[in-house]
Amino acid sequence: MSVVIETPRSRKRPGFNLEKYGWMYMRLSGVLLVILIFGHLFANLMVGEGIHAINFAFVAGKWASPFWQVWDVTMLVLALIHGTNGMRTLVNDYAEVEWIRRTLVWLLWIVCATLIVIGILALTTFTPCGDASSISLLGKDGANVAALCPVK
Amino acid sequence: MANRPAGTLYRGKVGMWSWVLHRITGVAIFFFLLVHVLDTALVRIDPAGYDAVIATYKTWYIGLGETGLVAAILFHSLNGIRIILIDFWRKGAKFQNVMFWVVIGLAVLLFLGFAPRHLINVFSHI
Repeated sequence: MSVVIETPRSRKRPGFNLEKYGWMYMRLSGVLLVILIFGHLFANLMVGEGIHAINFAFVAGKWASPFWQVWDVTMLVLALIHGTNGMRTLVNDYAEVEWIRRTLVWLLWIVCATLIVIGILALTTFTPCGDASSISLLGKDGANVAALCPVK
Repeated sequence: MANRPAGTLYRGKVGMWSWVLHRITGVAIFFFLLVHVLDTALVRIDPAGYDAVIATYKTWYIGLGETGLVAAILFHSLNGIRIILIDFWRKGAKFQNVMFWVVIGLAVLLFLGFAPRHLINVFSHI
C-alpha cells in the first residue's frame, strides 16, 4: 500500500500577496542569474590569463562596451535582491525574538539598497580617463589608451 | 542507531541535505557578493586602490577560496534549477531524488572544467 498524499487545498485569498511575488522572483531571477553569473565567471576566470588578467584596465576595457554594462547592472540588481531575499528567509526561520528579526530584515534591505546604489553609481559614472594616474594604469597592460580616452 | 526515528520522506534524506546545502552555499555567496560589489566600486573612486585590492584576489590562498566559491555557485545554481523543476514540472517531485544526483554530477563535471584552469592560473604566478 502506498501512502496517498492529498492535494493541498490552500484557499485563494483575494488581494496582493507580496510573499507570492517574492517566491516567484526567486525562481525567475534565479534562472537569469545562472546565465549571467556563468557568463561572468567564464569571461573573467576562464578566458586567457583568468584572474591574473583582472585589473583596472581590464574593467575599463569591459565597461567600454554597452553589452557588459547592461550585463553587469542586471546581474548586480538581480543578485543583490535575490541574495537579500534569501537571507530574509533564513532570518525569518532562525531569529526567534521578534524585534531582532525585524531589525535584521530591515538591515538586510538597507544594505541591499545601499549596494545597488553604489554599484549603479560606480558603473554609470565610471571614467577610465579620470586623471593621469588612471591613464597610466590603463597603459600598464598595453590597453588601448587612445581608444578608451579620446583626446579632447 | 536503534532509537533513531524511522525514515520519513524528507528527514535525513536527499531532500533535507540538498536544502541544507542550498542554504549554506547561499549565505556564503551572499557575503562574497557584498564584498565583491564594494571592491569593484573602487574602480570609480580609486583605480590604484582597485588594483591593490585585486592583487589580493590573485594570491594562492584567496585563489583557493575562489575555487570553493565557484563550487558553491555551481551547486546553488543547479540545485536552484532542480527546485524550479520540482515546483513547476509535473513529474518534478517524483524525480527530485534522481535530479539531486544529476545536480551533483553536473556540478562536479563543470567544477572539473573550471578548477584545473583556475588553479593553474593562480599557482603559475606565485
